[in-house]
Amino acid sequence: MLHTINKSPFERNSLDSCLRLSVKGSPILLIEDGVLAATRGTSVSDKMATAMNDHPMFVMGPDLQARGIAGDSVADGITVIDYGGFVDLVVEHGTVQSWL
Amino acid sequence: MAYEVNGKSFESDEEGYLIDIGSWNEELADLIAKDEEIDMTDEHWEVVNFLREYYNEYQIAPAVRVLVKAVKKKLGADKGSNKYLYELFPYGPAKQACKIAGLPKPTGCV
Amino acid sequence: MAETEIEFDTAGITKKFMYVNRKAPYGTIYALEVLEAVLISAAFEQHACIVFIDDGVYQIKKGQNTDAVNMKNFSKTYGIIAMEKEDADEDEDMDMVWRIIVEKESMEARGLTADDFVIDVEVIASTELAAIMAEQEIVISG
Repeated sequence: MLHTINKSPFERNSLDSCLRLSVKGSPILLIEDGVLAATRGTSVSDKMATAMNDHPMFVMGPDLQARGIAGDSVADGITVIDYGGFVDLVVEHGTVQSWL
Repeated sequence: MAYEVNGKSFESDEEGYLIDIGSWNEELADLIAKDEEIDMTDEHWEVVNFLREYYNEYQIAPAVRVLVKAVKKKLGADKGSNKYLYELFPYGPAKQACKIAGLPKPTGCV
Repeated sequence: MAETEIEFDTAGITKKFMYVNRKAPYGTIYALEVLEAVLISAAFEQHACIVFIDDGVYQIKKGQNTDAVNMKNFSKTYGIIAMEKEDADEDEDMDMVWRIIVEKESMEARGLTADDFVIDVEVIASTELAAIMAEQEIVISG
């Protein structure tokens, strides 16, 4: 199962709920405002680092660019993908749970 | 649009569904039924009253399938069929019976 | 436009659906939309796990009265889900498994207990619920 998060971790609890309710090994994709969780040096950076021990972590490049977040401010270990990559993830993992 | 019963006016939407479900009464139901070319028998009233009770309890009209099942449970197996309900309400039990019962138009097509 | 008798033939197509409710009722349309999807799923006799997480647990809180806000109190409509579950449990001819689940952590974080809900629910901790979620074929979230 692929989990997507589209809300900012600074405004909503979508990231927390996703981490609580996703099994180890399932990939997480940050999209829309969810991409804010991918930046370095934030109050959720430690949480993200821990999460990456259990989950492959992806972030949507177009959503980062739209918000003025350059590739080098994305934390290590997070894979930046484009729309084609999103499609590949869905094809590979089938079911999607959206943390809205 | 509106229905007139005993000099009193009851507002409806363009398809004839009553706007204020609280304003419903049996005389009004008879009038709506007449517009639908239905003569209300005891069997019709059973279904209409069932719909009103169901709506009161759950705040929505039942899907046809739920209606069939629920009628079967409440009124017996011989009445719990699509055929029986369509005989009473030829243009669709959910649509016609809901209109006569003063309920809003069912939202789903199921 | 006379309608003939309608038969739905959906035999053989049964999937595991999960409905994830995470928003409180009335503030947004999410809760009502997911509820409608659940009711449609019942019409096609699908397996369903209806799950209440985060503020979604408030959707089924007892004692809702919407008179003064001029909205429909749809907490009563969840009674249909309870009824569908009962039917699914009782009817041996029907291959339909329904579960109504509240996440323990979300419930406790809001000072609620299982007695606070309008329908009977299974209270399940997040670790176990995560495993149930991972088994689903289709997840609809709100």
